[in-house]
Amino acid sequence: MVPLAWLGDHVELPEALTAAQLAADLVRVGLEEEAIHSGSDVTGPLVVGHVLSADQEPQKNGKTINWCQVDVGAFNALDDAGQPTVPRGIVCGAHNFGAGDHVVVALPGAVLPGPFPIAARKTYGHVSDGMICSARELGIGDDHSGIIVLSRLGLADDQTPAGADAAELLGLRDEVLEINVTPDRGYCFSMRGIAREYAHSTGARFTDHGLPTDAQRAPLAGGFPVEIDDDAPIDGVPGADRFVARIVRGVRADVPSPSWMQHRLVQAGMRPLGLAVDVTNYVMLDLGQPLHAYDLGGLAAPIVVRRAAPGEHATTLDGVDRALDPQDLLITDSPDGARGSRVLGLAGVMGGADSGVAGGTTDLLIEGAHFDPITVARTSRRHRLSSEAAKRFERGVDPQLARVAVDRVAELLVELGGGTVDETGTDVDRTTEPPTVLLDLRLPARLVGVPYTDDEVRGTLERIGCTVTDSAAGLSVQVPSWRPDLVVPVDLVEEIARLGGYDTIPSVVPAAPAGRGLTWSQRARRAVADALAAEGLVQVLSYPFVGTAQLDAMNLPAGDARRRALRLANPISEAQPLMRTDLLVTLLDTARRNVGRGQSDLALFETGLVTLPRAGAPAAPLLPGGTLPTDGQLDELAAALPDQPRHLAAVLTGLRERAGWTGPARRADHTDAFALVDVVARRLGVEVHVAAEPDRAPFHPGRCARVLAADGRVLGHAGELHPAVVAAHDLPARAVAFELDLDALLAAAPSAPVQAEAVSTFPVAKEDVALVVDAAVPAADVLAAVRDGAASSPAGDVLEDVRLFDVYVGDQVGEGRRSLAFSLRLRASDRTLTAAETAEVRNAVVATAQARFGAELRS
Amino acid sequence: MPDESTVLSPLDADAMQNALDEALAAVAAAADLAALKAVRQAHTGERSTLALANRAIGGLPAAEKAAAGRIVGQVRGRLTGAIAAREAELEAERDARVLVDEAVDVTLPVDRRPAGARHPLETLMERVGDVFVAMGWEVAEGPEVEAEWFNFDALNFGPDHPARQMQDTFFVDPAGSGLVLRTHTSPVQARSLLERELPVYVVCPGRVFRTDALDATHTPVFHQVEGLAVDRGLTMANLKGTLDHFARAMFGPEARTRLRPSFFPFTEPSAEMDLWFPQKKGGPGWIEWGGCGMVNPNVLRSVGVDPDEYSGFAFGMGIERTLMLRHGIADMHDMVEGDVRFSEQFRAVI
Repeated sequence: MVPLAWLGDHVELPEALTAAQLAADLVRVGLEEEAIHSGSDVTGPLVVGHVLSADQEPQKNGKTINWCQVDVGAFNALDDAGQPTVPRGIVCGAHNFGAGDHVVVALPGAVLPGPFPIAARKTYGHVSDGMICSARELGIGDDHSGIIVLSRLGLADDQTPAGADAAELLGLRDEVLEINVTPDRGYCFSMRGIAREYAHSTGARFTDHGLPTDAQRAPLAGGFPVEIDDDAPIDGVPGADRFVARIVRGVRADVPSPSWMQHRLVQAGMRPLGLAVDVTNYVMLDLGQPLHAYDLGGLAAPIVVRRAAPGEHATTLDGVDRALDPQDLLITDSPDGARGSRVLGLAGVMGGADSGVAGGTTDLLIEGAHFDPITVARTSRRHRLSSEAAKRFERGVDPQLARVAVDRVAELLVELGGGTVDETGTDVDRTTEPPTVLLDLRLPARLVGVPYTDDEVRGTLERIGCTVTDSAAGLSVQVPSWRPDLVVPVDLVEEIARLGGYDTIPSVVPAAPAGRGLTWSQRARRAVADALAAEGLVQVLSYPFVGTAQLDAMNLPAGDARRRALRLANPISEAQPLMRTDLLVTLLDTARRNVGRGQSDLALFETGLVTLPRAGAPAAPLLPGGTLPTDGQLDELAAALPDQPRHLAAVLTGLRERAGWTGPARRADHTDAFALVDVVARRLGVEVHVAAEPDRAPFHPGRCARVLAADGRVLGHAGELHPAVVAAHDLPARAVAFELDLDALLAAAPSAPVQAEAVSTFPVAKEDVALVVDAAVPAADVLAAVRDGAASSPAGDVLEDVRLFDVYVGDQVGEGRRSLAFSLRLRASDRTLTAAETAEVRNAVVATAQARFGAELRS
Repeated sequence: MPDESTVLSPLDADAMQNALDEALAAVAAAADLAALKAVRQAHTGERSTLALANRAIGGLPAAEKAAAGRIVGQVRGRLTGAIAAREAELEAERDARVLVDEAVDVTLPVDRRPAGARHPLETLMERVGDVFVAMGWEVAEGPEVEAEWFNFDALNFGPDHPARQMQDTFFVDPAGSGLVLRTHTSPVQARSLLERELPVYVVCPGRVFRTDALDATHTPVFHQVEGLAVDRGLTMANLKGTLDHFARAMFGPEARTRLRPSFFPFTEPSAEMDLWFPQKKGGPGWIEWGGCGMVNPNVLRSVGVDPDEYSGFAFGMGIERTLMLRHGIADMHDMVEGDVRFSEQFRAVI
């Protein structure tokens, strides 16, 4: 949140700067606009009123009201001459003002936050023609003890003529720019940082209020005893390397903070809570240093900064009792001589339940410290505590800022609440110099593609606060204390590119080496999807999240492998914590949704990954970034992943062909599912065959086919859905489906290019053969016998094509038998077949079928 | 039909000419093929004047036979020619009439089998792949359930990095599994660099996951396309050039991009990328399209590439967002709920 006027404390702003222009200036350097707010929700006439008279009128209910005549200048009521000279009568319940005071009046038509529209209304025997406002009613502070008297805000009477725009005077029309600060730029969580960035963008003059003065660089001692005692640094980084504390005595901590400060806090999205807290928050927002004010009387020396002990508990400011982790860094004090025994707060995250400032406090200890970002981040995450302080520490706070900020707090407390600052103070300073980065002067141009001059590089680095000296390798760059994100040379390259302007980077298409195009699998997958769309199927995508209720609706038996699903620790819905193990489980839900919306003639397909956990898979090792893992570690990473094959599934419900003037409607049935599997297999050049599958959910036990590769590997299933599954999904009766392991199909495809056979130009001979076999013999077996028989004939393999064209069951073939009629196309590659040869083929076919199934030739 | 008594002399040229004229008039008057058939029978049939005259030649003296034969032959030739021509005329008339009679109502509906459609997110990803393949790039893919190392650490998101917390990650049970649902397609960058020979120019379209509830602009499951180029001498200018080309390919020749400084752990310098195109809803203008930057040296080191020798750039954008911008889709629900009426709007090549 960036209130414009506040920003102007740090950097020169143009007179008529709008939030929109500020946003445009800041986005150039990487601070993106989130929103623009006008300063308050007050609309309509809000004007200065001069109280001419205030008559106290006791009421029957025990209250006393003020019946006021208020001069609101041009907004007065009109006299007989049509001039606005007649003061407005207003009823007011507050008593902290009187005749002669200049106040804020909301006139009829105004709307105060709530929303609370103002209108002339009859009350206590008068018509009240407006409202005299308190800070709280205007949404600019919590102070509702009385109405705003403008002179008490430091506004001279001549600044507040009657009828003047009070919203303007109070800054209610101020715009506030809300920006999005990227995680590397912690210092932009302050007016100081944003002002610096604004200066980088526009060249405006920036005054750094966060730099320590010479006096603030000198040691400070003799203050409240503080000991930093970190016996378990994380990754060798101490939890705290700076702790500044100063004592301010005799502060009237119970007075409210001034309205300008309350107003700014509210604009920045914080609630005014009283002088001491407001001042620490204000300085944090202003400079970026999280601060804490303690009641000095309640502290027992020394303050000890230490890690939590195993099993230790503490209650935080929000009243929650928290079990602490030995990595949590604590601020403690030492009551009754027990060193570090009482927890005052989780360092950099949140204060303890009774560490704060009570209303009557007069002596305060102001803390400003610097904590390790990782320590704070972990504590904040562990306890799910996100605070303004933690947000800043996690992203890096300027370690040299603590002293400046604490002094600023002390100064403001004295100025606004009276009291005196102790000459002595505490400054435990274990900070180290920011790193020195060696920059090859050619690197910026090499990475950005803009030929920056050496002077440009040097100048940019100095503008962002670096100290630059020449070194053998290029530049030796000491980064400023407020930029802990600048660690390696490319970090500096970004600064050079950023301040130089990304818009100066040219546009040059790189020449990639000659590519190989899409892989066969990628092309084949597209072809399959296109083929199914051409068959009238609509492709859909569904979420892969499922729950046991969905698996139950699929009729999956208890031991089905598809119930062993990967579980998410934090699913969107507790009812769907699993990753799907097949596609139909989610595709059937999609079908249900469509049917529910009135589309019951459906043909849907989906391709997508399914997740199949491997039994006993190890956890993936947690490895550091920045170094290449060993082959063994890469193998371990691979072993931890579940199998994630790509599947293809389809479901068809209702009509496959609609009734029309050319013919009747045709309902989708299991043959459509089988035919579509053939479409897919043919497109991939995979020879598949099918076999009855009586035991595969979610299919009908009598109408399901297992789809097999030539080597017998199961590629998937197709058929009619089980009636119970159809019912559970509210689908039209007799819905059909298939699901294939697309990756397995692709793997089963021939890898070598198709080798073409020469096309014979000799004439074709046609033969029809009807074979009567036991009805239980699968047609596929009979077809195989026809092929084998033809191949074994003395005429040689002259079977060009064979189709089953009729199935007959009835009296003519006898009970329990059926006739399968095949149409054979015979053709030799080198001669015209003779009648004798075609008869030989026919005979061989019949003989083979007879030998295998006792088939008879149907006469 | 003429009887024997009216047999003409084949040598009587005038009489023969009269007979011919009479026959030709009958041919011309034949209104249809049946009438023509009757005319043919009457004037060339066995009992016709011509046939009888022809037969009469046999009775003539030898010296006259030749002349008579010539006269009869000429008459026959002219008559059969006329009949054939008239027949062709009448057949053509009949054929034309048949075609007219066979006319159908071409406006009767023929859509008994509903047409299918691809899902536009899939076809858009294919289109993106094609644009880059045309530039010599290749299309890379990776798993959706991913090791944390590939999703975060290899990409310079340390365990305590605030950006890692901002990713709204789905974690895999049990705690400590080291697995997540990938939050971006960026792990494919790391996998591509591990698996492929340098230089690497790949795009990685795919499905990603964040713990956002579904609303008009968010979905927990969505698609991204990631681009990665690692080669000697690549610069941000090459990144800009690639993005501009991509923008033009997707949004027309006037489209262009703009970079704004930003932060991503796996790139340095980093940028947000805005797109300008004329057909933007609400008028031509800039709108955020994706993120990009120069590959962070730490990422290169994680996969064994020497950042002093190689540099690279990477970019990523949402496919849903691209589809919404390109096709004026207002609500995310339509893209993810699987309603066929949504996909069916995208039957044409996009």
